[in-house]
Amino acid sequence: MTGADFCELTSALEYDFFTGVPDSTLGTALKVLESDPRYQYVPSVREDNAVGLAVGAYLGGRNPVVFMQNSGLGHCLNALTSLVSLYKIPLLLIVGWRGADEFDAPEHILMGSASPALLTAVGIPFWIPGQDDVGTSLRAASVRSRSENCPVALLIRERVIY
Amino acid sequence: MIEADVFRTFMNTSMDEAVVVANGYLSRQAFWCRDLSTNFYMLGSMGLALSIGLGVALAQPRRRVAVLDGDGNLLMSLGALAMAGHMALPNLMHIVIDNQQYASTGGQASLSGSIKMPMLALAAGYRIGLEASDQTQLSEALEQMRAVDGPSFLRVLVSAGVEVGPRVPRSPEEIARTFKESIAEDEA
Repeated sequence: MTGADFCELTSALEYDFFTGVPDSTLGTALKVLESDPRYQYVPSVREDNAVGLAVGAYLGGRNPVVFMQNSGLGHCLNALTSLVSLYKIPLLLIVGWRGADEFDAPEHILMGSASPALLTAVGIPFWIPGQDDVGTSLRAASVRSRSENCPVALLIRERVIY
Repeated sequence: MIEADVFRTFMNTSMDEAVVVANGYLSRQAFWCRDLSTNFYMLGSMGLALSIGLGVALAQPRRRVAVLDGDGNLLMSLGALAMAGHMALPNLMHIVIDNQQYASTGGQASLSGSIKMPMLALAAGYRIGLEASDQTQLSEALEQMRAVDGPSFLRVLVSAGVEVGPRVPRSPEEIARTFKESIAEDEA
């Protein structure tokens, strides 16, 4: 799916607050978010701040999405557990998955292999879409998040959003 | 001055602001001083009071938002100060209640004594950076902040080691729902 289509689809699913920290895996989508004023993308300095912003926006009546690289999961684990899950906030996380295999840069390998288990350990449901089923995963994730008032994540491999 | 003085002064002159209170003893103090439906009590996620407040302020530009922060909270996530200055939201008030320690974990010293917080805030882009260490200064500072566009910053120096009430006796879900509904109603 193209970055533009991805943004259109999240918007169609009534997400209306976009924040995060950049990741190359999500580069095309972020470029659209940054350049198209419809999305009013709010850049954050760190992943936990992005989660905090998103929760505040939700409490203010918006439906938030947080974009990040999986290396940032470590930065925001406490925010996800002791804020988002604790207060039962429906939050969509779009996580670029560096280190999904051993061919990535060395700094991504350990967190890359640990990312699915890390999400499982803190009880965050996640989807790993291929190029053809990004939309299906996104819809399923949003339904789950809203029916259970919980954070959900899409782990996005390289070239899945192009 | 003690923490409770700050909460009492703020809440008793409330102008219907949406209030985000930082975790630890601050949320407990605020709850037992005066519980308002427009208060959001953080229980965990230390450091994120300002980020949450910024999110509320972005989502509800017509409502004033006050972040009642602590020194440990502020220092844990100074990057948020940069975001607040950059966003330059006119409806944001940021008040740091500074007891120079991590009270709820046993009173370990924080670094705040050597930090010129109002200068940090101004350097980040806040429009006002104030400091108060007695009741008169506090009342004047709050009055000033409520009269002008933000983002505005106030550091309030308080004595450490004051007794605190029990934990906030409401579920996190209830805290979030009450706050969300109460600020939504007023916007309509």
